[in-house]
Amino acid sequence: MGLTSKSTGTKILDEDIFKNSKTSDFTIGLAGNPNVGKSTVFNGLTGMHQHTGNWPGKTVSNAVGTYSYSNKTFLLVDIPGTYSLMSDSEEEEIARNYICSGKSDLTVVVLDATSIERNLNLAFQIMDITPNVLICVNLLDEAKKKGIHIDFELFSELLGVPVVGVTARKKHTLNKLTQAIYDVCNGKIKPSPKIHFSKQTSKSNTVSEILKKSEEICQKVCTYQKQDYNERDRKIDKVLTSKLFGIPIMLLFLGLIFWLTIEGANYPSQLLAKMFSALQNQLYSLFEWLHAPDFLTGILIDGMYRTLAWVVSVMLPPMAIFFPLFTFLEDLGYLPRIAFNLDNCFKRCCASGKQALTMCMGFGCNACRCRWM
Amino acid sequence: MKHSNGIPLCNLELNKKAKVIDLKCSENELRRFLDLGIVKDTILTPIFKSPFGTPTAYEVRKTVLALRKETAEKIIVSEAE
Ligand SMILES: Nc1nc2c(ncn2[C@@H]2O[C@H](COP(=O)(O)OP(=O)(O)OP(=O)(O)O)[C@@H](O)[C@H]2O)c(=O)[nH]1
Ligand SMILES: [Mg+2]
Repeated sequence: MGLTSKSTGTKILDEDIFKNSKTSDFTIGLAGNPNVGKSTVFNGLTGMHQHTGNWPGKTVSNAVGTYSYSNKTFLLVDIPGTYSLMSDSEEEEIARNYICSGKSDLTVVVLDATSIERNLNLAFQIMDITPNVLICVNLLDEAKKKGIHIDFELFSELLGVPVVGVTARKKHTLNKLTQAIYDVCNGKIKPSPKIHFSKQTSKSNTVSEILKKSEEICQKVCTYQKQDYNERDRKIDKVLTSKLFGIPIMLLFLGLIFWLTIEGANYPSQLLAKMFSALQNQLYSLFEWLHAPDFLTGILIDGMYRTLAWVVSVMLPPMAIFFPLFTFLEDLGYLPRIAFNLDNCFKRCCASGKQALTMCMGFGCNACRCRWM
Repeated sequence: MKHSNGIPLCNLELNKKAKVIDLKCSENELRRFLDLGIVKDTILTPIFKSPFGTPTAYEVRKTVLALRKETAEKIIVSEAE
């Protein structure tokens, strides 16, 4: 959703998680690569509204929520997404510390069904730290679209931990996950990871070994019904980032949004302004009737009320138009393409393409500003 | 044509498959590569370039990854068929 809101969600310190965990029966950590839908799973289970977004790095600190199932309460911790636990970015540190602390009874590792091979790296690293792991393969709808079929039974057998497949956006598919979590917490299912990585001399050797294993498992578990399963995506990407069309398409998209915001906002703006001015006349009559002194009328109506009315009628409509449109672009997955196209320009001023997103948000404010002037 | 001693990834032509033979970088960067699933023997294919020439998108392990030129320079590959 909106990129303006503090994307971190509720910042909760580890001590708070600890305090909370005393009042619930089990603590579950939700780990996984960035942008695999952890927060969506989290929201689906807890009914909360953590911010989700179609770009990696949306959640940057742990957030907690609870849910109950079969008379047990579960404390769920949404851990920031990471590709690995071995580097030292802040998110990885938070994730690593949390998983290593052993505060959770079970760590659910969320995988993206369309790129299991890459996602398994983190899963293996986690299974090396704790045996209490449950694998949740998300985005099954996307996988289905691409003709990827996953053999969950075999997957679970090879790994030695339970594996469930879900589509986090469709809440009913999460039932399997709740049941599996419950079963593991109650000891009905006992995860015991089968694959371990002998302590290697260097991290790079360990990771190479993990990657090799991931490739092997992925080959057994996933079948690609369409050989060209991401052919279409690639074709679209090629056009969206091509020398000829990349920039024009981007300008067109942003220009269209800009235009829709400015033009589209006029009508509701006028309506609001009319409404407010009608109300203002009513207020004048009311103040007259009350024999209110002039200075009070001045402060309250001419000062406060009019300014407020003006701000609301000018600012509200463009925002109400811009942000949904922007969210739409985000859902299409277009924002990372913009970042990709513009990265080189941003690099020149020592920023990264990701800043393009922030800049686009700035457009929203510009739209408001144009109207103001 | 076979390159016995390899070329930097950034010089690889689009749509040519290549295998990583060496990573010329610091320990810190190496970890970043590991996170991205790039180690020796990994197969990479450049699939498209940004309008400004860099970054380039590569297909690695069935996912797409964008690398800037100065990053891709550090990955030495040899063409694989
Ligand atoms: N089609 C589809 N999209 C999904 C599904 N689950 C999540 N998404 C979308 O995937 C995107 C990423 O979801 P998030 O929940 O923000 O991902 P995250 O893992 O919390 O990401 P970080 O916080 O960055 O680590 C959002 O746009 C979701 O709407 C799903 O089952 N199907
Ligand atoms: Mg998240």
